[in-house]
Amino acid sequence: MGGPVSFFFEVLFSGLLAGVMYSLVALGFVLIYKASGVFNFAQGAMVFFAALTFVSLVERGVNFWLAMAITLAVMIVLGVLTERVVLRPLINQPQITLFMATIGLAFFLEGLSQGIWGSQPHGLDIGIRDEPMEWLAERTGMFLSQFDLFAAAIAAVLVTVLALFFQRTRIGRALRAVADDHQAALAVGIPLKQIWAIVWAVAGFVALVAGLLWGARTGVQFALTFVALKALPVLILGGFESIAGAIVGGLIIGASEKLAEVYLGPYVGGGIESWFPYVLALAFLLIRPEGLFGEKHIDRV
Amino acid sequence: MKPSKYLAAGVALAAAVLAGGALAQAKEQFIPANGYWVGPYAPGGSGFFGGMLDYFQLLNERDGGINGVKLTWEKCETEYNNARGVECYERLKAKGSTGATVIHPLSTGITYSLLEKAPADKIPLISMGYGRTDAADGRVFPYVFPLITTYWSQNTAKIKFIGMREGGMDKLKGKKIVNLYHDSAYGKETIPVLDAQAKKYGFTVTHIPVPHPGNEQQSQWLQIRQIRPDWVILRGWGVMNPTAIKAAQRVGFPRNKMLGVWWSGAEEDVIPAGDAAKGYIAAGFNLPGTSFPVVQAIMKNVYGKGKGEMEDRSRIGSIYYTRGLVAGIVTAEAIRTAQEKYGKGKPITGEQMRWGIENLNIDEKRLKELGAVGLMQPLKVTCMDHEGGGAVKFLQWDGAKWNVITDWIASDQSIVRPMIEESAAKYAKEKGITPRDCK
Repeated sequence: MGGPVSFFFEVLFSGLLAGVMYSLVALGFVLIYKASGVFNFAQGAMVFFAALTFVSLVERGVNFWLAMAITLAVMIVLGVLTERVVLRPLINQPQITLFMATIGLAFFLEGLSQGIWGSQPHGLDIGIRDEPMEWLAERTGMFLSQFDLFAAAIAAVLVTVLALFFQRTRIGRALRAVADDHQAALAVGIPLKQIWAIVWAVAGFVALVAGLLWGARTGVQFALTFVALKALPVLILGGFESIAGAIVGGLIIGASEKLAEVYLGPYVGGGIESWFPYVLALAFLLIRPEGLFGEKHIDRV
Repeated sequence: MKPSKYLAAGVALAAAVLAGGALAQAKEQFIPANGYWVGPYAPGGSGFFGGMLDYFQLLNERDGGINGVKLTWEKCETEYNNARGVECYERLKAKGSTGATVIHPLSTGITYSLLEKAPADKIPLISMGYGRTDAADGRVFPYVFPLITTYWSQNTAKIKFIGMREGGMDKLKGKKIVNLYHDSAYGKETIPVLDAQAKKYGFTVTHIPVPHPGNEQQSQWLQIRQIRPDWVILRGWGVMNPTAIKAAQRVGFPRNKMLGVWWSGAEEDVIPAGDAAKGYIAAGFNLPGTSFPVVQAIMKNVYGKGKGEMEDRSRIGSIYYTRGLVAGIVTAEAIRTAQEKYGKGKPITGEQMRWGIENLNIDEKRLKELGAVGLMQPLKVTCMDHEGGGAVKFLQWDGAKWNVITDWIASDQSIVRPMIEESAAKYAKEKGITPRDCK
């Protein structure tokens, strides 16, 4: 085993890699926020719903990739239905109304998932061993899991694809307009309903990816809805509107909470990583209220 | 028939129906099923209450109840939430002809919330394998029964088990044990008893908390890797358990040196962890399996008639299910004991049930009659001792099922009992309770 320096870097790297897992969840929030200016309370429930649907299909003998395709289709249908049933009647309503609607949606999805598939936890094997890489351990004394690196690679691909989607496509540009002002966006001919449906479907896809990676680690069970708690400080820190912010915020939160838990925790009784990220995010808010990459809004008075 | 005769016949019929109804009502024993079937802890709740209610159903179907008194129940969803637990208690406490017989809160938090309410209403609480450990002192807690094995008893059995594995209790000297616990009242419950044993046997113990819900434990396991302990005691709940087992694999800690509490030792705790859980060991006060005659009787008399609580029949015989079964047996036997004193074939009150539990004696002979030999240990409750058992078996997961790897290991009451009495006396002083004289 390496010395204290090696251990420090091990904590740092595992923190960064844990942060990537948080970022994956945070991305789903960012997508919805960018499109509708709403904090989607149901994101955690979507992660749970997606992972549970996938694993239940696999357990019933459906091929891995087919199950993935079916779950993706289900998430797209869910996104479209959410737009039609929940959001469309609320166009031009205050954002708090939309937020409240997502709370309702969260309860509905949690109930629906358990109603259809039951409340038992499931194991999920996505074929990537969650074990330390021996060659790295032998050379550096650091125990890093190949699963974490895999998750980081997935996150990198996801971010690249999403960034291209939002910056190079018309939908992406339309999104920001919609987020700024529903009415104005409608007035200039942006098809708000389609935009919302697309974004919710994409958020469903991101939820599926996050659900699979988190589910492979903790098992697919109701507690997956709690991963949203991990994403909140990431969003505060990185900004609700920025995909890059979700990634950088995740890395900062992940690394700092692990370092704090390992090096400060023992002096204050431990267990601080549940609240430390929030304190950090709060401190950050005082300096930069819009978050690291958030947009500064200037309102006319 | 003249109209007046119709009227008379109608009145007679109505009277007969009403009398019959009253009679039927009088012959029923109501037990609230305040549990959880949805939410993060649903696997535990649905399994436990599935087992308990299936046993009640068995008694109704096969024996016509207990000495002719049918068992009835109503479910109330607590979601493992304290406020809801209290609400369910209030809603159902007066139901049935004699009110609620007994409450199984299946939550340490809800047990604490009802600790003063239930005695005031003269309704006993059974917190089997959870709840407040010092409630085992029946002089201070006449209405609370942490039956079979408390957390502290279990913990001493665990240290005995580690001692056995290390080649003797004297070999514990200098060993390093990590207590990885859920950062909650439940998780912290065993810190004092572990510290006392560390002092007695000369091992070091490091307590590492995991914040709720426990779905991310990398920093805790990095610390564990630094400490390089000989054993890790896992005191988890819900998602914390598979996450810990997986995290152990990630830092290369051997799973057969991980020892879980019984709330970390169900199928639901290891299946989500997949292969990582192979070799993992956990404590248990009830054993899994479907070969027990009582389980077979349930299959025949309950599920055979299209009744039964478990939608997924593969869960029958699982750890949570058989734990519920044990709860059902204990409850029914206490009702039977109370009937012996207060009148066979009569529904009993909560106060009478309290007497029934306190005089419960389920010996090997009775276990055989019940078809539950090996499912649970013999149980003898007294006024002084509301625990009644105290022994633990250890089980090891082989990737597909739990295998029993020890006989019943007795707890170390020389450590536990003085701590219980000291803590209970402190509680009595705080609350102004004069302890009963049990002599």
